Amino acid sequence: MGLFRKTSFAFILHRIFGKKHAKIGIYGPPNVGKTTLANRILRDWTGDIMGSVSEIPHETRIAKWKKDVKVENGNSSLYMDIVDTPGIATKVDYKEFMNTFGLSKDESKRRAKEATEGVIESIRWLEDVDGVLLVMDATQDPFTQVNVTILGNLEARKLPVLIAANKIDMEDSSPATLKSAFPQHPVIPISALTGYNSENLYTKMVDHFGKKRRKKRR
Amino acid sequence: MTKKEDGISVNLVSRQKLDEFSSAEKLEFILKEVQKGKVLVLEHGLTPMEQTELIAHTMKEIKQDTFIGIEMEGYSEDKPSIIQKILGVIKKPRMTVIGPADLLKTVRKDSNMIQTRIIPGKGS
Repeated sequence: MGLFRKTSFAFILHRIFGKKHAKIGIYGPPNVGKTTLANRILRDWTGDIMGSVSEIPHETRIAKWKKDVKVENGNSSLYMDIVDTPGIATKVDYKEFMNTFGLSKDESKRRAKEATEGVIESIRWLEDVDGVLLVMDATQDPFTQVNVTILGNLEARKLPVLIAANKIDMEDSSPATLKSAFPQHPVIPISALTGYNSENLYTKMVDHFGKKRRKKRR
Repeated sequence: MTKKEDGISVNLVSRQKLDEFSSAEKLEFILKEVQKGKVLVLEHGLTPMEQTELIAHTMKEIKQDTFIGIEMEGYSEDKPSIIQKILGVIKKPRMTVIGPADLLKTVRKDSNMIQTRIIPGKGS
């Protein structure tokens, strides 16, 4: 009677109506843990990593991606191309790298220049993804203009979005604030650093990004 | 960016003027004014797509010692009711404030008020 079990029925529905493959962009402002999360996902499902992480903002200045990452959820699974994008910001000041993080002037200027190019590249990638994992820092005010702008853009494109409320291992984190700020989207509290609640994130990713939808292109 | 000794311009831009522009013209106008060191308050703000475009244009215009980017805060459009959706009523984004990032700093934002400060050379 296994055919009539709930899991089997869900499996059949997914086989008929679900997607097999999706290109997922990891988006967010600088320093919210996008690459840490990308590394977590890749380490858990491929044993690989995406890139280096740093406390200095704009560590990722060129988009990186890994193709055909198979993420499983019980009987269903989804192959994803995971794209780790540079952080989106409305300003880049090289003096911040010098004064706050002690980088040399030349290094700071080079980093700032590359960071501006990275923001543009992130925005371009929006044209080419099937869904977005939007990473927010659960210790910070969620109503930043960058968060609101990215979310508004994704809604206008009708792209499916999951919000990862990251850094819940920190004492001052408040994922509940994020949930109440964006009630129209699923919010999954996680710690990309420790892996806490990542299983729940993977379940939601397969379920949410595996649905067939019509994308709105500009 | 130039800062005149007689103060910093804060310009309220009417929706009529904004409606005269195409989307591209609007972004060009905003960025030019902000690069001159002006703070703009738009009676009708930018759509999320326009905001994203503005960020991309801003990144292209950044000059490391004179223009480090923008500070932008605003309210998104109200959600249309079912009847308004049927009638095809398009809600426009509400008020938005935009200024140079080294000048304008957002202090606080909630659903009723956007609190900013203008601090020359010590913005966001």
